[in-house]
Amino acid sequence: MITSIVLGRPEIGHALDALWRGAFGSRYAIFSATLVRAVPLTLTGLAVAVAFRAGVLNIGAEGQFLAGAAAAVATGALVAALKWGPLAQHWVALPGALIAGSILGAAWAGIAAWLRRRFGVLEVISTIMLNFVALDAVAYLVRGPLQEPLRIYPQTAALSPGMHLPMLIPGTRLHLGFAFALVAAGVAWYVLRATAGGFRLRASGANPFAAASAGGIDVARATTRAFLASGALAGLAGAVEVTGVTYALYENISPGYGYTAIAVALLANLRPLGVIAAGILFGALEAGAAAMQRDAGVPSVVASVIEAAVILGVLLAQQTRAWKRR
Amino acid sequence: MEAPLTGFLAATVRTATPLALAALGETVVEQAGVINVGLEGVIIAGAFAALVGAGTGSVTAGCAAAIGAGVLVAGLFALVAVLLRADQIITGTAVTLLGLGLTGLLYRILYGVAGAALSIPTMRSLPLPFLSRIPVIGAPLFDQPPVTYAVYLLVPALWWWTYRTHAGLALRSVGENPDAARAAGIRPRRVQGWAVLLGGVLGGLSGGTLVLAQAGTFAEGMSAGRGFIAIAIVALGRWHPVGSAIAAGVFGAASALQFLFQAMGWSAPYQLFLVLPYVLTLIALATTRGRRGAPAALSRRAM
Repeated sequence: MITSIVLGRPEIGHALDALWRGAFGSRYAIFSATLVRAVPLTLTGLAVAVAFRAGVLNIGAEGQFLAGAAAAVATGALVAALKWGPLAQHWVALPGALIAGSILGAAWAGIAAWLRRRFGVLEVISTIMLNFVALDAVAYLVRGPLQEPLRIYPQTAALSPGMHLPMLIPGTRLHLGFAFALVAAGVAWYVLRATAGGFRLRASGANPFAAASAGGIDVARATTRAFLASGALAGLAGAVEVTGVTYALYENISPGYGYTAIAVALLANLRPLGVIAAGILFGALEAGAAAMQRDAGVPSVVASVIEAAVILGVLLAQQTRAWKRR
Repeated sequence: MEAPLTGFLAATVRTATPLALAALGETVVEQAGVINVGLEGVIIAGAFAALVGAGTGSVTAGCAAAIGAGVLVAGLFALVAVLLRADQIITGTAVTLLGLGLTGLLYRILYGVAGAALSIPTMRSLPLPFLSRIPVIGAPLFDQPPVTYAVYLLVPALWWWTYRTHAGLALRSVGENPDAARAAGIRPRRVQGWAVLLGGVLGGLSGGTLVLAQAGTFAEGMSAGRGFIAIAIVALGRWHPVGSAIAAGVFGAASALQFLFQAMGWSAPYQLFLVLPYVLTLIALATTRGRRGAPAALSRRAM
């Protein structure tokens, strides 16, 4: 039924054309849409990859992203209340906001990490619940203590210009957060590949029993650290999104980055450098889908259908390969 | 005082019904050691199919379509995560994305940007004789659409099936220790596959309830996280059908409290009530020593 409706129509060509133009068709599309979208996807994708490599099923990147965004906005509100000058804002408060975002993201993940380590609570379940708590907390903040001064819209006041991340390329919307994402991926790659902590993390994820008995690794400690690092990355993503793109906090600030991140990490086979490519690909997909909705009237939810198809395709390929090996 | 209380109880039962349906299904799924994060996708598929089915003019067709779509989506999850043994969490995420995306896409294709202006037949409430006339609690509990009564019957039925029959014992043994179950002549993956499909029946019907008994229409993303809430409910209900039903009531009551507060003119941040059940669940999970309550092999890949 779907194929008869969808295929065999000239609109298809028009829609795909709009998808391509929206993602890569112009300087604006690349630097102000695709790569800007890729930043939160890469950072949250890294968060998921680091956790999954350690065997931690953190599906709470969404909540940790929101925690980071809230922390950054709260920092901005505090600085505005203290009436700091633009220079102090830019060189002290902005880095402070990013650090606060990472810390609150890690703390949010830390609740689930603590519940797992102390009480053996499955992180799959606890992180789902913490996502909802974070969502409701943001809903409260933007209608309560952090609401914009006129108290009309459910969102925070805009961050003052001193708190905005500088643009990487003048005349585009590509902000410094893109560089952060690349650096974070590089650091994650190096840590996982070349440090003792990275080895302990990977060993704990690959086989916790062997890591503990043969490797003498404190698996609980290694996985807890990975969980916190994962939360910090997702929190940084939220802080970067607020200081680089939206400049304010509101309820739907994340269109599900924390869930798409799972697809990004999986497509990258949980490899940090691959996450950059997967993040850009999915950023292009979402930017293109938005253009497709605007120009060709095709709903942008088609992006999540493609994302789902990508995940299922990768899983099927992996599993049939495993099947043949047996 | 009676009117707001009755309204509060009615809202609780109304909100809890689809949650309880989905959670009861997920209880069975998790008792078999599988966690289906794709439940959200199952519910939204059921909701959309209910609109299409009921568009033919009958509520029964809507229900049947909702169940069919739920089974279809759950079947996809079972194929990839149970039969091919892919990671359950990743598969579930994909299924949720697929369900949300595909229903949104089909909705726009079939009904256009304006949405479904057509009116579909809805499930009317069916007051039970005598019972619905009990003061205060009668109307909220027994003047409801038939699907709510189905939940009332399903709870003891599932309890009896999972705890008092050989099939139920096989189900739970797969969730506790698939290897031991296999040694006892049970086929773990077959049991898990059937459990996931049953979860699809109830999850699809849960989505159908949203459309047929509540909203009377479909909206993109109208499942609004209920699949994930159902997973929380299962945990709060400690992986037991009766527990899940009570937990669904707690979650229903929490969101109904905001209506009560509005009706009484009390001001309080309603998000507090919405958050309460999640916090309660986390505390309940933490205070159950170890993973007691949860099936021991939950979310582990089947051998």
